[in-house]
Amino acid sequence: MMDRSLIVAGCIFGLLLALPILLPVFGAGYLTGLIIKAMLLAIAAISLDLLIGHGGMVSLGHAAFVGVGAYAAAIGLESGIENILVLLLITLAVTGLVALVTGTLALRTSGVYFLMITLAFGQMIYFTLTSLAAYGGDDGLTLWSLATLFGSDVVQNGGGLYYVVLGTLLATWWGIYRLSRARFGRVLRAARDNSERAEVMGFPVRRYRLVAYVIAALIAGVSGLLLVQHAEFVSPALAAWQRSGDLIVVVVLGGLASRNGAILGAFFIVIVEEVLGSFIHEWRLIYGPLLVLLVLFAKGGLSDLFAAKPVRRAAQ
Amino acid sequence: MTSFVTVNGLRAGYGHAEVLFGIDLDITAGQVSTLMGRNGMGKTTTVRCLMGLLKPTAGRITIGHQEMSAAPPYRIAQAGVGLVPEGRHIFPSLSVSENLRATARRTPDGWTEDKVYEAFPRLGHRKRNFGFQLSGGEQQMLAIGRALMTNPKLLILDEATEGLAPIIREEIWAMLGRLKEDNLSILLIDKNLDELARISDRYFVLEKGEIVWKGTAAEFDSQRAHVENFLHL
Repeated sequence: MMDRSLIVAGCIFGLLLALPILLPVFGAGYLTGLIIKAMLLAIAAISLDLLIGHGGMVSLGHAAFVGVGAYAAAIGLESGIENILVLLLITLAVTGLVALVTGTLALRTSGVYFLMITLAFGQMIYFTLTSLAAYGGDDGLTLWSLATLFGSDVVQNGGGLYYVVLGTLLATWWGIYRLSRARFGRVLRAARDNSERAEVMGFPVRRYRLVAYVIAALIAGVSGLLLVQHAEFVSPALAAWQRSGDLIVVVVLGGLASRNGAILGAFFIVIVEEVLGSFIHEWRLIYGPLLVLLVLFAKGGLSDLFAAKPVRRAAQ
Repeated sequence: MTSFVTVNGLRAGYGHAEVLFGIDLDITAGQVSTLMGRNGMGKTTTVRCLMGLLKPTAGRITIGHQEMSAAPPYRIAQAGVGLVPEGRHIFPSLSVSENLRATARRTPDGWTEDKVYEAFPRLGHRKRNFGFQLSGGEQQMLAIGRALMTNPKLLILDEATEGLAPIIREEIWAMLGRLKEDNLSILLIDKNLDELARISDRYFVLEKGEIVWKGTAAEFDSQRAHVENFLHL
């Protein structure tokens, strides 16, 4: 029998593929931007879900990797590097290195201590970014030139950035799907259930977790790079702990250990923010209670709406 | 007969409370050894030390000629020690099949998922179910199957039949009998003396953190009343 998550994903990606054709009817520029924003949020959320949903590691510093990726790309651009593939390599190298160092230290703890240490690292990165006076400091930096693919604008807003982001989202979805079904994913989930038992079965749990932590950071870094391309602006706010909180909300709202849930959660948050924000200035007064109600009454998250048996979602 | 595990002068405890006071054990390769004692005498603490879950305060643990006193649990498992813990501790959010595959360590002619299902047909019928959806007996079978999938050289079972229905217990004892026939080294901790007497080759009795009696199957048979005194049976 076909995995139901594949069917739901097929519908989601089919719709996202068709949207640029349908959108001009409604006004392409604004809506395309909104969907790119949601897809970028979804990429970062899927990466965080690898930590929270599969690994049981709740990080309050994950947005810092989005910020590190974004700044690595932005500084590369400011230094005259315009090829997106070179920028991607720089982003991966910098984000990976930061994740390796912070992860090695953070994973010596667990539970609430892991939460606090990731928050501390996230804030350290945030304040480091605010101190980069040459790159806008607190105010951030507007980018006057954007990355190209060997001189082509296919990776820019006016070109095919939508499809680049969609392709990255699909690759992230598929990569985490394969990872979660491989031995690596099973060990990660086993360690989430009972780390001592997984260790007794012969698995160096901390090493597995560190690999997951670095993979999640690399994906978040790539979303930062694409965010720079989309927003044409970078600011330390990308790395703020509130952004990490937003990512946790997306993951929980979508449903833990569910890639489809992370996408649905990201779109839900972006759309609700936009819709409520267009009607009322104090939209967070409605948004807050709405989230509380969703968490209380849809405990399995939005992905459970499409699950055959909600309880089976844990094995996705 | 060679020893697979040798323990010399093992001392361990929790915080300031010392539990083990210089234990000497040797688990012979290819034999079934039994560790007995009343509750609170240090049996599980001994197992935790053997598995690297509790660091000894003194003493030496050798597994397959390697010094393992301070080794982390995963290295001890990789050295060939499989544990079926007290309380089962299967992975509840993994399916039966995933529980088995997650921990599998392939060896030629070793245990495979299909072999586990042959040994425990109930698990085969429930391989798509999650750990938390299994009965206590099925969870215990899964815990044994999971340990066997690591293809251990020594299998430690800590109270593996406790709290199970008689029919499941019989199934597990029968399985242990087959493992003994296959010459797997086994360390058993159990309270069922009659079943232990059927398959054990060597016995160790723990009393207040010390080995107070040890002997072969023949010595156990001839001194059973004396041993039962230690166990307050």
